[in-house]
Formats: sequence, structure tokens, C-alpha cells
Amino acid sequence: MKPIYFDNHSTTQLDPRVLQAMLPYFTDLFGNSASRNHAYGWEAEEAVEKSRGQIASLIGANSKEIVFTSGATESNNLAIKGVAEMYAEKGNHIITSATEHKAVLDTCKHLEKKGCRVTYLPVMGDGRIDMEMLQNAITDKTILISIMYANNEIGVLQPIAEIGKLAKERGVLFHSDAVQAVGKVAVNVISENIDLLSITAHKMYGPKGVGALYVRRKGPRVQLTAQLDGGGHERGMRSGTLNVPGIVGLGEACAIAKAEMAEESKKLSGMRDRLRAKFEAALDEVFINGSMEHRLPHNLNMSFAYVEGESLLMGINDIAVSSGSACTSATLEPSYVLKALGLGDDMAHTSIRFGLGRFNTDAEVDYVADKVISVVKKLRELSPLYEMVKEGIDLSKVQWTAH
Amino acid sequence: MAYSDKVLDHYNHPRNVGSMDKSDSAVGTGMVGAPECGDVMKLQIKVNPLTGIIDDAKFKTFGCGSAIASSSLATEWLKGKTVDEALAIKNTDIVNELALPPVKIHCSVLAEDAIKAAITDYKVKQGADVAALAQAH
Repeated sequence: MKPIYFDNHSTTQLDPRVLQAMLPYFTDLFGNSASRNHAYGWEAEEAVEKSRGQIASLIGANSKEIVFTSGATESNNLAIKGVAEMYAEKGNHIITSATEHKAVLDTCKHLEKKGCRVTYLPVMGDGRIDMEMLQNAITDKTILISIMYANNEIGVLQPIAEIGKLAKERGVLFHSDAVQAVGKVAVNVISENIDLLSITAHKMYGPKGVGALYVRRKGPRVQLTAQLDGGGHERGMRSGTLNVPGIVGLGEACAIAKAEMAEESKKLSGMRDRLRAKFEAALDEVFINGSMEHRLPHNLNMSFAYVEGESLLMGINDIAVSSGSACTSATLEPSYVLKALGLGDDMAHTSIRFGLGRFNTDAEVDYVADKVISVVKKLRELSPLYEMVKEGIDLSKVQWTAH
Repeated sequence: MAYSDKVLDHYNHPRNVGSMDKSDSAVGTGMVGAPECGDVMKLQIKVNPLTGIIDDAKFKTFGCGSAIASSSLATEWLKGKTVDEALAIKNTDIVNELALPPVKIHCSVLAEDAIKAAITDYKVKQGADVAALAQAH
């Protein structure tokens, strides 16, 4: 039997309705949307334009402001590098935050090598940036603020509308990596004053390998230096023949999200809260990472103190989740996002991310809760740390033999 | 990551989990690692004063499955050995027995360190000179 899927921040299952919408564009409707001379091209172009409208409608944009890409990594690269190059004469300073996705952080690091100056804002204990620090970080050389809409590990929502308002007042462009938020919570580029917004399909029940970048056309008209040279597709911002089936899928995923988001988010937050309540009723020493008030409806990130994350994952191998302990990856470092919240490495090593999704059921929530609780209890029987804490020993006072 | 059958077996059925009285003169306790590093092992031995043989061994481990398996295996191996025989257990023996991948070799090193720390603690309780022990290891 395949594991129960609770890792919906990593990717989501393709919605069958999305697949149905895409299928004809793999077969009969195979045209190149850039072909202007025949019906094959026109059909493809019509499908692409419909998708543009569906995406724009979900985020309050105009369809002319949607640029198709291969996904969020490309959208983030295009937005940040594109602005840095286009506005180099105006300034060279970029402000971002410590908990951004690597596609933003590593892009910024790349630009630092090219002479840009980057401020990495720390976050507060709840995972949100401090607006005053942001305000103070802006200089006359600042050209871009790039702050994610919602975090991929802890689901914490940043004060996007406040950031947008500040950026507009100070004449700085505002980019937001919104891959975790679009289709899950209401996003509006007009009311929130967002100039550039990264979207990907596969986090919202669409296909992998397709995404979009919203690029504001009015007030201000945002310009980008293209990162790919070629046929000048997408208003010259992103060359390359369009992935028509993928784009159709992204559009359909957006249309479904728009119609069902309100109800779905209520359902998912209810399931999430039940999962949390079960953990808290059965176990002591469990902690939520990040703000519960400003959070995606389908995210729960908990530390199960004195139980190492990888050993916990091993015990719940019929459940697909992620751990903040990087013993699982090649780096052997605990999650930089959790560390940015001020969590010690010891607590970061004990965290699990639960990401609920459209296809999860109440029965699965019950199963996952019971299973995790029983494995945590078993591993705590094995944990010298839990034993010491129960004996009243303060672990922070112990002389450990680091290795 | 795929775990070997032996690691899975020790993880699912850990041997000799528990704690012994730290103040007992026949008990040696070794605690190694640090919570920030993601693993802490506590390993205890109980030595028969008449025979010098390790009668009992217990462990508790905070760490990944390989760390749990390494310490569980160590307690199995310790029982029935003399203290000097126990000192001969090498981390590479644990690596081979559990088929640990390279990224998990530190778990076996930690287990060897825990064995040595427990024996040192036992010897100190028996009146041995700590400095001399440190040199001997």
C-alpha cells in the first residue's frame, strides 16, 4: 500500500479535472501557439489565452500581465535577476528575508557576486518579518523587495499588504514568491500592491514543469531583462515555445481553486486543527513552529521534543511527510527556516511538517494522529533526553560531548 | 533513504532498552553526543565483580534509526564479554554488521565512544586512575 500523502507543500496530486482539460493538447490540439498562419496555432493560442485569463482572475490581475515559465524557480530567477539588471542604473540593493525558498536566496547570492547588495531580513519568533526593520532597511539604492507570501515549511503568511503599501510609498518594486499561497488563500495583486508574483502549477493540483510570473503593467509598468534569449515570446520576457498542455493545466487548476478555495480552506483548516488537537491531547512537550494566526490553512509544523525527526519518519513510513531535521538530506544541517525562528538545533531536529491537501480525508487525519502519537511515545521510551527531563534535569545545563 | 534489514530490525525491536542505577558501583554509564547534533546515546554496563564479565547492558538513544540500531547492537555484543574484550569492539564492526551507508558512519563512531565511556566510568568507580585510562585508550 502506498503511504498516506501529507506532504502537499512539496507537491500535490494532479486533479483529474485538470488532467481532462490537458489531454486534448497532447494529441489533436498539438499546435504551437506562436504559429500565426493556421488553425493549429490559433487553437493553441486560444487555449493559452484562456489560461492567462484564468490565472489573472484568481490573483486580481489583467491577463496581459501573466508571463508563462517552467515553474517557480524560473519565475523567481526571472523576477529578481530581471529587475536587478533592468534597474541597475537606479540602484543595486535588494531586500529579502532569511526564510525564503532557495530559489530566491540563491538567486540573491548570485547577484551579490555580480555587485548587488542584499539585505536578508531576520524573522521574528512567529516567522514573520518585522515591518519596522523592513522600513529601516530601505535606502535610495533599493530597487526590489522580495518577500514570500507563505512559507513552504511553516506555512506562515507574511504581512503582504503592509509590505506592498510600504514598497509603493517608497517607490520600490515588490516581488512575492507565492507558490504556497495561490489557490489556497485569497491573493490580490491590486489591493496588496504586488508588482511581481511567482506561481507554480504543481503546488495547486496542476502539472509539474509549468508556472507563471505576474508582471505589473500599470502603476508602475514593470520591466524585466529577459534571462533567456530566443524568439521573444511572452512580450520578450521569456523566449521559448509555450508548454501548451501544461499551461492549460495551470489555467484549469486556477479556475478550480477560484471556485472551491473558500470551502476547501475551511475544510483543510478544520482537519489541520483536529490533527493538532489530537497531538496536544495525547503528548506533552509538543510545540508548534510559527504563527498559528497568520498561517496557511493546510499547514502544521510541530516539534516533538526529545524525539529525533528522522527516527520518527522511519516509524511512520506509511505516511509521507517531511522532517526539519536534515539528517534526511545530504547537508546534515537542520532546517534554516526553523533556525531563523530562533529554534535551537535540538528542537529543529525534532520537527515534522504536515501538509494537508484536497484529496486527504478525515479518516487519514485520525490514522496519522494515532500513528504519530504511538511512535513518539515509543521513541520517548528510548530517549535519554526525555528520561532526563522527566528526572528534572535541565538539558541546557548538561555538558554534552559534541562530535 | 533505504535502511538495511538489520537496522530496521533493531529499530523495530530494540534490544536492551532501559536504565540502570548510575550510582551502583558495578554499573558503568557512558553518555555521548549532543542534542544539537541530533544524537545522544546513553549506554550502561553492569559488570559481575567476581568474573569481570559484563552481565547486563542497557541503552537509550535519541537519534536516527542507524544511531538507535548501532547502540542496540552494541548492548547485544557487550553482554557476556569481559571489559577488555568489550574495549576491542570497533565502530567498523558495527558498520559492517548493520551495513551502514557512509553518511551514517558517525552513528557507529558514537556507539564505540559510548562503550568506551561506559567502561571508563566503570573503571573509575573501581578506583582506576582517570589519567592513566585516558592514555591507555
